[in-house]
Amino acid sequence: MNPKEYRYSQEHEWLCPEPQGRARIGITEYALSQLGDVVFLDLPEPGSQVTQFKKMGEIETVKAVSDLFSPASGKVLERNQTVRDNPALVNEDPYGAGWLLRIELNQLAELEALMSSDQYGKFVAGLSPETSE
Amino acid sequence: MNKSKHYLLPDISQPGKIGCRLPELDVPAVELPPRELLRQELALPEVSETELVRYFTSLSRRNYGVDTGFYPLGSCTMKYNPKWHENIARFPGFQEIHPCQPVDTVPGALQLMYELQELLAEITGMNAASLAPMAGAQGELAGLLMVKAYHRSRGENRRRKILVPDSAHGTNPATATMCGFEVNTIPSNGDGNLDLVSLTRLMNEDIAALTLTMPTTLGLFDPQIAEISNIVHEKGGLLIGDGANLNSLLGKVKFGDLGFDCVQLNLHKTFSTPHGGGGPGAGPVCVKSNLADFLPSPVVSKDKREYQFAKPSASIGRLGAAYGNFGVMVKAYAYIRSLGAEGLKEVSENAVLNANYIKEKLKPYYHLPYDRTCLHEVVFSGNKQKAKGVTTLDIAKRILDYGFHPPTIYFPQVVEEAIMIEPTETESKETLDAFIKAMIEIAGEVDKEPELLHNAPHSTPVRRLDEVNAARKPNLRWKMR
Repeated sequence: MNPKEYRYSQEHEWLCPEPQGRARIGITEYALSQLGDVVFLDLPEPGSQVTQFKKMGEIETVKAVSDLFSPASGKVLERNQTVRDNPALVNEDPYGAGWLLRIELNQLAELEALMSSDQYGKFVAGLSPETSE
Repeated sequence: MNKSKHYLLPDISQPGKIGCRLPELDVPAVELPPRELLRQELALPEVSETELVRYFTSLSRRNYGVDTGFYPLGSCTMKYNPKWHENIARFPGFQEIHPCQPVDTVPGALQLMYELQELLAEITGMNAASLAPMAGAQGELAGLLMVKAYHRSRGENRRRKILVPDSAHGTNPATATMCGFEVNTIPSNGDGNLDLVSLTRLMNEDIAALTLTMPTTLGLFDPQIAEISNIVHEKGGLLIGDGANLNSLLGKVKFGDLGFDCVQLNLHKTFSTPHGGGGPGAGPVCVKSNLADFLPSPVVSKDKREYQFAKPSASIGRLGAAYGNFGVMVKAYAYIRSLGAEGLKEVSENAVLNANYIKEKLKPYYHLPYDRTCLHEVVFSGNKQKAKGVTTLDIAKRILDYGFHPPTIYFPQVVEEAIMIEPTETESKETLDAFIKAMIEIAGEVDKEPELLHNAPHSTPVRRLDEVNAARKPNLRWKMR
């Protein structure tokens, strides 16, 4: 289930607001169900800037290499070293231990452009009509 | 030795065994380098000649290629190539010449290159060609380097972006990035064509070119091509073609007529060079007059009856030390000349017919996201099967049990659970029917015995490979146990 307190982007990244204008970001269970087993993550360096809905890194799975898009703009404070060493963690616990980045948000107002867990749930349900055949 | 068991030469090595006897020493013996410079003894396997021959023969029998069976790897054009062309490439006059020998001693080789340039320009509807690029990706690189040089020559240095459709081969954005361009992706629309609204919105004076594979990697001809060409050219951009799928257009459609300024070909896909083993290939570039001065060197020019290597006036320069992969050119020339114009047309007719035959036969069993006439390849989705817990990967592995090479899977990425089948023009109806029958049986197994697919393959020398672990913890070096 997608956590209620998180916000979601159309590119299937989640954002979990933290105190003092910070946030953790990661990728959703739906994205992982499409991508399969993660084998490598290319994440931006701490100190670098990420921009909302712009490419921030890459995720490599057995199937393909895909772009990661940041759900919000800000400065990278930390990248999750544990998932870089063990990408399987992203598949096992995408909303918890499998987080990717911790950032300092530029503008809280940007979060308005993200979806709630309900909205995201509906968004995902509308994506694959063929699957429900 | 158990024949079914895998072994390496060191596994059967016995100290003192020899496979060949060296002749008596008949030159003065030389001292080895000092002991401290030698790291260790070389652990060379010691086996008999018989064992050695059996070892390599057993390996060769595990090989799968176009000469052993159907190989419908989408977008790769794994077709049968006439063996006679290999003979022609080995004619002494072609094989035993050297890149450094005087040019006037090899007029025949130059004539062949010149005529091949002309033939490829004719086939693609372009004005000039260079055979210099040594593979498809290098041909793409040459194309974009020419784009850069072209805009620079007109003082338009601000054009720093390349538009690439989301269905493109991965090499397209990679090449653009390698050339220092920024890549902007254009989505496909619901019909699998380029989304013209996005193209119009993104196309401006910062765009150097749009790179377009035609037909697309979905195996579809984009009927909006004239409009696409107009939108790009009106804003001063260039239209660059990826000709990887030319075997569907030969003698039917010319890139030049569609508005392309440049197209790169893969002689090793379309024109009779076996590939898939890492080369060599050849990726000639064909261009309209506006880009001819920028072609990579050398090109072959003809003055009356004399052939010479020449460097176009504003050439992007050399792409390699010599003259490209000459043997591949010989095979392409032989292929084009032996088939002739009518034969080439038949090539594309059969390529398209075969793909559509498979499309129609498998449509009831596998989801077809773009249900329209395809060209040389057809892209299905394994979505129906995935809903039942069987993935496209499982299906591909199960195909191995039926004795076929699996099609391309999970590409293009715009199709979920993609299964991309390119039968090529060289397969008989009987082979296609056998493949279709296998695919239909597999679709039935999804309902009846999904476990059979989850655990496939069952009949291959090794079972399902652990691709996840292989990628997460790559072990790239063999070590003696």
